[in-house]
Amino acid sequence: MAPEPPLPGAEPVTSADTPPLLTMSGITKSFPGVRALDGVDLEVRAGEVHCLLGQNGAGKSTLIKVLAGAHQPDGGRITWRGDTVTLKSPIAAMRLGVATIYQELDLVEGLSVAENVFLGHEPTAAGFVVRGREARNAAAGLLRRLGHPEIDPARLVGELSAAQQQIVSMARALSHDVRLIVMDEPSAALDPDEVANLFRIVADLTADGVAVVYISHRLEEIRRIGDRVTVLKDGRAVAGGLPAKSTPTRDVVALMTGRNVEYVFPERPARAALAEPLLTVRGLTRADEFAPLDLDVRPGEIVGLAGLVGSGRSEILETIYGARKPDAGQVHVDGRALKTGSVRAAVRAGLGLAPEERKAQALLMLESITRNVSVSSMSRFSRGGWLDRGAEFTAARRATRELSLKPDRPSAPVRTLSGGNQQKAVLARWLLRGCRVLLLDEPTRGVDVGARAELYAVIRRLADDGLGVLLVSSEVPEVLGLADRVLVLREGRVVHTAPARDLDEHRVLDLVMEGSPAS
Amino acid sequence: MTHPTTPARQEGPLLDGGGPGSGKSASGGGGGSPWSARLFRADVRTLSLIGVLVGLALIGGLTKPDAFLATSNVQLILTQASVIGVVTVGMTFVITSGGIDLSVGAIVALASVWATTVATQEYGFAGILFTAVIVGLGCGLVNGVLIAYGGMVPFIATLAMLASARGLALQITEGKTQMVTIPSVLDLGERDAYLLGIPPLVLVFAAVTVIGWLVLNRTTFGRRTVAVGGNAEAARLAGIDVRRQRLYLYLLSGLCCGIAAFLLIVLAGSGQNTNGNLYELDAIAAAIIGGTLLSGGRGTVTGSVLGVLIFITIQNIFALNNLESATQQIAKGAIIVAAVLVQRRTSHTP
Repeated sequence: MAPEPPLPGAEPVTSADTPPLLTMSGITKSFPGVRALDGVDLEVRAGEVHCLLGQNGAGKSTLIKVLAGAHQPDGGRITWRGDTVTLKSPIAAMRLGVATIYQELDLVEGLSVAENVFLGHEPTAAGFVVRGREARNAAAGLLRRLGHPEIDPARLVGELSAAQQQIVSMARALSHDVRLIVMDEPSAALDPDEVANLFRIVADLTADGVAVVYISHRLEEIRRIGDRVTVLKDGRAVAGGLPAKSTPTRDVVALMTGRNVEYVFPERPARAALAEPLLTVRGLTRADEFAPLDLDVRPGEIVGLAGLVGSGRSEILETIYGARKPDAGQVHVDGRALKTGSVRAAVRAGLGLAPEERKAQALLMLESITRNVSVSSMSRFSRGGWLDRGAEFTAARRATRELSLKPDRPSAPVRTLSGGNQQKAVLARWLLRGCRVLLLDEPTRGVDVGARAELYAVIRRLADDGLGVLLVSSEVPEVLGLADRVLVLREGRVVHTAPARDLDEHRVLDLVMEGSPAS
Repeated sequence: MTHPTTPARQEGPLLDGGGPGSGKSASGGGGGSPWSARLFRADVRTLSLIGVLVGLALIGGLTKPDAFLATSNVQLILTQASVIGVVTVGMTFVITSGGIDLSVGAIVALASVWATTVATQEYGFAGILFTAVIVGLGCGLVNGVLIAYGGMVPFIATLAMLASARGLALQITEGKTQMVTIPSVLDLGERDAYLLGIPPLVLVFAAVTVIGWLVLNRTTFGRRTVAVGGNAEAARLAGIDVRRQRLYLYLLSGLCCGIAAFLLIVLAGSGQNTNGNLYELDAIAAAIIGGTLLSGGRGTVTGSVLGVLIFITIQNIFALNNLESATQQIAKGAIIVAAVLVQRRTSHTP
């Protein structure tokens, strides 16, 4: 599949006089506290591969969910083949001919391939008796068309590999009369030859006049199969309909990263002679997640891990913390080896984790600030299991005040706090515990832009007080602005290590996306 | 800085101002504040449950003024509430932790028959009490190990225990009622044993309630229970040994069943394999109408005990008015539905 020569101009596939298949204009969508889409425009023509690019949080997922009828936009207009439409539900979108293949495959593992393909629109007799054979034959036909005749329509989906499941997902999309297929990072879980097959399928589809909206972080893929590119940033389309094959990488990256909001980062203190590392990681491995990792964090140092979603960042933090069991390798805190795969051992040794999913993994949403802060240090306020609630309250308040958590009312339910203050409650938990090394996974996710600077200052202050900090973030400027030293990850492997001041955002994005060898 | 979408509805104790010792759960009373303030702060649900109880007492008093308000009838209500009440306190902990124990009735049955076999009765009072408690703990241990370390779903593990314990109870008794012949045990159920008019069984129930409340609201064990139920993953990542906590919780439920079995032996003067029939449903229902969240993360011993008292009082009123037990069942069902609807209104989904 040799890449086609770049076509001249920005109108490579269909001429401008055929009306676009889909036009979305001025689409807005807000979630509590976040404006996910801030007037996005997207135009897709029949038979083209239209790529959506953007950093995490740029609004890609929200946009395709609007397109799939899963989210209702707050404003804007969607026209489909010239008519204004509302996509009230996923079914409505499907009836128009829009099919979406999500990154997280939405198949029922306990049903067969054929049953999954025709789920919700089974061929029936007398309105409710499923014609099993007809469904299997039709499914087999679709699988042949997708180049995978070896998948038996009668097999359970749970027995298939990830790549095969993706094919089934695609067969399901094609089982409808489909005119537009949205693929959300379809290549993320695939081997190179499976990717080649995916590209062949995409080419077949577009040859039949089907449009494909293709989301990927891999620029090289976009160059190979894309026709046009729309770049999203901060909920807006900063560029629409760029020629996919001829736009220089530099320009694409610049569009993705150019920012309206400048974050304010605390100054890095001049570091005296380096102390002995607090946290030492040697050869830590989890097959399929990340390659053997070596890492040191010294007192007062903030070490950043930069990488895309799926690069193994969170997995690394959770494995260091003992929440996942490593296949090999060791973690030392203060020179002492840690029992791997044990959160309790990690906590006792002085590790503290502020996880990525704050509400699901860190907070007790029904409880007060005090109880959320004290949960890891309860033995300090108890004798024989009996809690001294006065001492607990005082200590928790001291910790929250130190981080200027608002409101200064420890009995307030933690669910009433803003994202930034919820994060401070998690940090206060570890401050109270007397932890030595903080592991921060996306510490500013769900935190207002305004509150971020304050959180950065808090993290820097904790480091200045002698804590070691290991920071993971998908926002490259955050890693570069906050960390002293940065490890760049690509697909579970450290591809580059450098002091943060020697790196810039373009360089890091080049490294994580193109994987060019470290210089 | 406050989150814009915060639901406005909150329960009293969480809303009050700061001050040391004022962060407390919904079931909690006050810290260092005067009694009047504590009473005022009791949350809406507890007050409404007390209101329902008062309403029932009025109905009872109006329909059968002489019989219902007689001291002996009040003693009867409280005595009947004791057995299921003790079971419900244990169930409250399990549900607060996000689990469920369907085997409580079967464990009560097994413990009551094991403790009343001829062989056990040779060891007298202590033998019966000891056996009942040990059988309860043993069943709880099996439940706990299967759930905490075997990774079984609580519903399934305790359902299996329900079936096996009932089967074993039937095997031990061969369907016969095992009469208790030890006078010291039987005497506990007699009027002579009442302290200031309070039956000893009721004292046990009261003690279990007070201890249960203290453990849930004032100890690390209680906090861990709430944390595990509220967010097991967060509890694990905060360094809590979630599995061990779960094991302890089913042990606790088993212990309560053992104590309840002993109370039942005293009350009935016998052990029967049909004892404790459908206790699981009564205990779950009482805990839920009391305000314990079935999904875990919030539990109230006070509410559960009030729930038990409401059920037993309804039963009593229906019996006094010679109404069929079928009608009584329907009323029970209606109350559960009403209570859950109220719960949905007053609780918030995070």
